[in-house]
Amino acid sequence: MSTTTASKRPAAPTTRAGKAADYLDQRTSIGVAVKEFARKIFPDHWSFMLGEIALFSFVVLLITGVFIALFFQPSMALVTYHGNGPEQLQGQLMSVAFASTVDLSFEVRGGLLMRQIHHWSALVFMASIVVHMMRVFFTGAFRKPRELNWLVGCLLMILGLLAGFSGYSLPDDVLSGNGLRIADGVVKSIPVIGSYLSYFIFGGEFPGEHIIARLFTVHILLIPALLLALIGLHLFLMVLHKHTQYPGGGRTDKNVVGYPMFPVYIAKMGGNFFLVFAVLALMGGTMSINNIWNYGPYDPSPVSAGAQPDWYMLFLEGSLRLMPGFAEFVTWGDYTVSLNVLIPAVVVPGILFTFLFVYPFVEAKVTGDHREHHVLDRPRNVPVRTALGVAFLTEFIILAVAGSNDLLALFFDMSLNSITWVLRVLFFVGPVFAFWVTKRICLGLQRKDREMVLHGHESGRIVRFANGEYIEVHTPLSDEERWLRVNYEAHRPLEIAPATDGRGVKRRGYKSDRRWQRLSRFFFEDRVEPVTPAELAAAHSHGEHDELAAAPAAAPAVTAGGSRRAR
Amino acid sequence: MSESKNPVNNSSSGLERAGGNGDLVQSDRFPDPGVPEHKPRLTDVDPKAAKRAERTVAILFGISCLGTIASLVAYFAVRPDGTVEGTRLSTQLLGIGLGVSLLGIAVAAIHWAKALMSNHEYIDERHPTATSPENREVAVAALQQGANDSGIARRGVLKGAVVSALALFPLTIAVPLVSSVGGDWNVSSFRHTLWTKGRRLAYDPSGRLIKAADLTIGSVAHVIPDVPEEERQTEEWITEKAKAVVLLVRLDPADLKSDHREGASYQGIVAYSKICTHVGCPVALYEQQTHHLLCPCHQSTFDISDGAKVVFGPAKRPLPQLPITVDDEGYLVAEDDFDEPIGPSYWERLK
Repeated sequence: MSTTTASKRPAAPTTRAGKAADYLDQRTSIGVAVKEFARKIFPDHWSFMLGEIALFSFVVLLITGVFIALFFQPSMALVTYHGNGPEQLQGQLMSVAFASTVDLSFEVRGGLLMRQIHHWSALVFMASIVVHMMRVFFTGAFRKPRELNWLVGCLLMILGLLAGFSGYSLPDDVLSGNGLRIADGVVKSIPVIGSYLSYFIFGGEFPGEHIIARLFTVHILLIPALLLALIGLHLFLMVLHKHTQYPGGGRTDKNVVGYPMFPVYIAKMGGNFFLVFAVLALMGGTMSINNIWNYGPYDPSPVSAGAQPDWYMLFLEGSLRLMPGFAEFVTWGDYTVSLNVLIPAVVVPGILFTFLFVYPFVEAKVTGDHREHHVLDRPRNVPVRTALGVAFLTEFIILAVAGSNDLLALFFDMSLNSITWVLRVLFFVGPVFAFWVTKRICLGLQRKDREMVLHGHESGRIVRFANGEYIEVHTPLSDEERWLRVNYEAHRPLEIAPATDGRGVKRRGYKSDRRWQRLSRFFFEDRVEPVTPAELAAAHSHGEHDELAAAPAAAPAVTAGGSRRAR
Repeated sequence: MSESKNPVNNSSSGLERAGGNGDLVQSDRFPDPGVPEHKPRLTDVDPKAAKRAERTVAILFGISCLGTIASLVAYFAVRPDGTVEGTRLSTQLLGIGLGVSLLGIAVAAIHWAKALMSNHEYIDERHPTATSPENREVAVAALQQGANDSGIARRGVLKGAVVSALALFPLTIAVPLVSSVGGDWNVSSFRHTLWTKGRRLAYDPSGRLIKAADLTIGSVAHVIPDVPEEERQTEEWITEKAKAVVLLVRLDPADLKSDHREGASYQGIVAYSKICTHVGCPVALYEQQTHHLLCPCHQSTFDISDGAKVVFGPAKRPLPQLPITVDDEGYLVAEDDFDEPIGPSYWERLK
């Protein structure tokens, strides 16, 4: 190699691809990006695909959305229908929005297919977001440094709800019109500004002449732009942090073990995109959804029984149904406060969403843990988090069931009123019970893990000794099996400085510390410590009939009482 | 990045040096066994299996091509014939064609990745997310330098001026927007409906007038105010109808325990606003035996034989009652508008 040249000059490219790459690189320095990302390592697990499903169904939403937006007319002007649509609509008075949706379904080739794929994609989009959030929550993937990305994800979920609701309302059919009217009723219940907010949204009284055009702009411009920007940020942060990985041999907080982006994930992710698209296409092709011509155009008078919103809105609907009416009252000065609407439609979802937004920060505070975490938790190893998550889901499901109470009453031939009362009780009792059961299950699974590590697998082989004693031979765990069960940290409740210093002066901030400590105890009072090598040695020596000298007495593994030290 | 064999594994026994004092103590952690050894797949060791996998992938891509062709054939061969069934059939065939075309690519790509692409695990190092202290220093210095150059700290007037200008300019957009976005902002319109003294009651949607004598006991009618046919073809009508719809029931006068509004019923005929006082759904389900009116949206239940009192559900207030009587020709007419705003409660409802 020559020592006189200051910099290496690459050989001139000879192949076509090489020349194209050289052209591009001289203008974009894309080589840096390729060097960085081509062989970037991603860990492999089926649950990491859940977020991908959300992303890909969003892409399908964009593709099909552009298709149907080319034909949909967001106008509330009235027309008398004469078109290729079904018989019962001929000659009916309807909005242009409704008529164009019918034409999109019956006159545009593939239009109905695209509409149905679009609707199914929206349902799958929300479902995959929720399941992805569950994965992130239960494995603790929201911990430092990913708290902000969790917030971005929560915002994406809320935007998804808004996107769904605004899109669902566009065809201006009876079903969605009544949904809008419910939204109007909810908005009006907001104290002081409710009526004005309703006017702000509808451009006057409900339904007015503007709402469809406004929702259209919101649905195809505002929300998608925000979604795209936040998805970009979500993915950027994911790449920046590098993906989390499940615990296992060789996986630490300082590395990432997996397969390279190119070619493995290009193929797998690309394949997954086509898989998601294919399933949505098959659903859109074979499963009819939102047949608006059966509902008819919006008319303020009729309503159909057994009407349901899309599934992700069911919890709000259920919340409205469960609330008893007594909560509405009139204040001094004759102002009406509709708590019977405000609590279920604003306060309850507000509490649920606030829980999601603040949880990572609360957990960071009660663990007092400021380290970065890249290895995921097994849900059982953080029992209170897992139990809180299950309690949250239980509440969500109870509310969603309440949103279908009329269908339940119909199908199971039960009293609607009793179902509602049972659900009212479950609203309070269900999550608490779910919390308790889940926490016990987690602690039980942790104890089972300890048992396995200490004594090995049951082999089913029974051996009789000469003295008549029977034992079952246990096979010890392999290194990997054991590592999976002992490689976690059982957090302890926070320890705080005393209320007064050495000279008896009261310490500022003690009360706040004390509150956090109490919360920390709620989280970590009951815990199961991982097996230590000393405990394993002790167990073995015990197992071999005291042939070995007793190992140092192992500390109590299961502790209760925050003040006692476990080791 | 390095290919893994058995990386980070600082100690193979459970023993390691405890920090500081030099005593050899039993470690309280097990050692990391490292990344499990790579297990070759059948396609890695058997060239025949690899060849087979390659063929499968190629066939799957072929199936995708066939799906696309099938979709195009369906497009030309099965045209919708104007019926719902015809459109359905065309939709199904197009959808299945599209689905197969996509599914072929999907399964081919995934099978290729899983069976043929190298499945050796690699390890990338992670670095702390925080910027290194040296870089932070440079960054802070850069910011300080910039702040000094701008003089923002020394020139307090500028700070106030720039903040005021930036805070105020959005008003130029917000004021015109807010002035128009809510229409006339006249929320007192909630209070009035099309019902006036002497306005006749008509069937929804036909507009046929209702004679009291035509109503048998137990019959129910969905009612709108009588307005000219042309008016019912306008957009304004939908907004007016959204407030004015009424549910009319003829009860046996003996069953009528009370009116919500004194003297509003006529010979057992009661007319209540159809808009629920909860969040505004049309209250459309009438149970003849119990005289209960049920809102199908959230199941608020009103007893119309007893002043439309709430007997179950999330609504608090009874439905507003429309006072009715008959005119000289025997048609039902309104005696007045509702005496309270219909529909859901809102802050200044009683003002």
